Amino acid sequence: MNTCIRAEGLVKRYGANTALDGVSLGIPRGSIQGVLGPNGAGKTTTVRILATLLRPDEGTVLVDGHDALRDPVSVRGIIGLTGQYASVDEELTGMENLELVGRLLDLSGRQARVRARELVERFELGDAGDRPVKTYSGGMRRRIDLAASLVGRPRVLYLDEPTTGLDPHSRNRLWSIVHGLSDEGTTILLTTQYLEEADQLADRVTVIDQGRVVAEGAPKELKQRVGSQTLHVRPVDPADVRRTEEILTELLGGVRPGVDSERGLLSAPVQDPVLLSALVRRLHDAAISTDELGLGLPSLDDVFLTLTGQKAGKTEPTAAEKGSST
Amino acid sequence: MSATVAVDSHASVEPSPRIRIGPATAARHGMILASRNIRYLVRTPSSLIDTVIQPVLFLLVFVFLFGGAIAGDWQSYLQTLVPGLMVQITMYASIGTGMALNTDISKGVFDRFRSLPIARSAPLVGAVLGDVLRYVVALTVLLLLAFALGFRIQTDPLSALLACALVVVFGLTLCWMSVIIGMVATGPQAVPGIAMAVILPLTFGSNIFAAPETMPGWLEAWVGINPVTYFVDAVRGLMLGGPTLVPVLISLGAVAGIQIVLMPLALRAYLRRVR
Ligand SMILES: Nc1ncnc2c1ncn2[C@@H]1O[C@H](COP(=O)(O)OP(=O)(O)O)[C@@H](O)[C@H]1O
Ligand SMILES: [Mg+2]
Repeated sequence: MNTCIRAEGLVKRYGANTALDGVSLGIPRGSIQGVLGPNGAGKTTTVRILATLLRPDEGTVLVDGHDALRDPVSVRGIIGLTGQYASVDEELTGMENLELVGRLLDLSGRQARVRARELVERFELGDAGDRPVKTYSGGMRRRIDLAASLVGRPRVLYLDEPTTGLDPHSRNRLWSIVHGLSDEGTTILLTTQYLEEADQLADRVTVIDQGRVVAEGAPKELKQRVGSQTLHVRPVDPADVRRTEEILTELLGGVRPGVDSERGLLSAPVQDPVLLSALVRRLHDAAISTDELGLGLPSLDDVFLTLTGQKAGKTEPTAAEKGSST
Repeated sequence: MSATVAVDSHASVEPSPRIRIGPATAARHGMILASRNIRYLVRTPSSLIDTVIQPVLFLLVFVFLFGGAIAGDWQSYLQTLVPGLMVQITMYASIGTGMALNTDISKGVFDRFRSLPIARSAPLVGAVLGDVLRYVVALTVLLLLAFALGFRIQTDPLSALLACALVVVFGLTLCWMSVIIGMVATGPQAVPGIAMAVILPLTFGSNIFAAPETMPGWLEAWVGINPVTYFVDAVRGLMLGGPTLVPVLISLGAVAGIQIVLMPLALRAYLRRVR
């Protein structure tokens, strides 16, 4: 396997706050890598380090053979970055923004214009290309920002939460653009808060929480671990949580459900929906009444509950875990 | 490129040759970004109006409102005021550098530039060069209006041109202050406020608007140590005649002094944000 991006042991601290605590990634050439995590997990920090905008306190980054810390200019020559927030000049038109990037990448004025027009057409911005970006909708902004990072035909593309805040239509459009770029051979790293998005786009997914990698694998593997559906049950009387947990564990064949003790809520990945009726019967027999019981698609919270046994962002590392992560 | 592609085990990686950006390329990138800032100036009516209105307003208000009171008649006040206003409006215009840089940083445009293989200095050079155009526009507007009102150069065109050059050099020196403010301000709106707190005592506490001899002792003392006073003396000397050598030398000394102190501070503040 041919690794295109390799990051090892990335650590980034902001004062007492550790944003990244030893993140490592290996991304095969031409693949789409998802980085999944809740707000504050360290996704943006990771992307900014890989894009040479931020220096880690510890760790190494190689992008296509170039050391991002020692030789950032070479890395900048092969990457494109679409940050979490649009980074285009609001006062300039879409075309002017793209042309400016083209000129900075040493295209002639004419070449820059042609390339800009090409991208505007490809991203269906059409006439809007000649309007100032400040008149654009959220989806259009995202696309012109993405276009700006593609002017130099980068071999590696970073997308930081490219669909957050987009309506479903714009999101689908962006997904198909990402697929198209991948088909052309671009190596893509994209961060997201949605398992569904990672599932749609990524070949492999790294789940991070609190600056640490908590799971890694193909989306299918992760989904199998998480279940295609998630079962939620909450006993009315918190004193019944223990007994409910035992019943559920038994029905799941030994797999322990995640417990959110704050809310008295149990949840478990479920492959076979028939389990629900079995559970209802058992709870009835045990005289446990519930005020919440049902099946749903796994939310990111469920993913984290299952993968880490804790709520997202609530991980309290034990001494043993701390020791083993270094 | 293909020579360095095998990157499988990190142990075997030969470091590829490190790319550096030469001065010629850096200058070209700086010019491209300067042309963007200039386009911005032309495009955004409010910033152009600022640049044009300021000199017009200052000239009209001071000449016609206060001219008679300060100098007896507005015509003779016009003569002494114009060289002083040249220095003053350049100081105001220098705020633009800090505004432009801070706007780019807070809008994320800076991150776009930093993710491209361009010289780190390019955004700074672009902002500063963009500002030079603002100085030239503001000075031109001021002088055209002044000529229309009856202002006359009493030396020769070459000296007058030297005066303008001195003013632009002064403005470029002040850019460093503007850069520092642009780097520390929390947002673009905060830049003019901070800059004015520095600029107002330097402009009004000088010989631009009134003769120092008419001021109370403490203020006259301040005017005497204010470098702006010597710039104004130099520009007046070059445009109206009178002693020029000493004020020009003091002015150039002040420029050198400001450069030595502010430039390293400004570059450090800037590089911290663009690394
Ligand atoms: N410039 C900064 N100063 C201080 N803390 C920061 C800074 N940037 C990020 N952080 C902190 O680092 C952690 C990770 O942030 P970030 O990478 O932005 O997360 P994500 O993109 O996954 O939401 C958060 O706790 C955040 O508050
Ligand atoms: Mg983020």
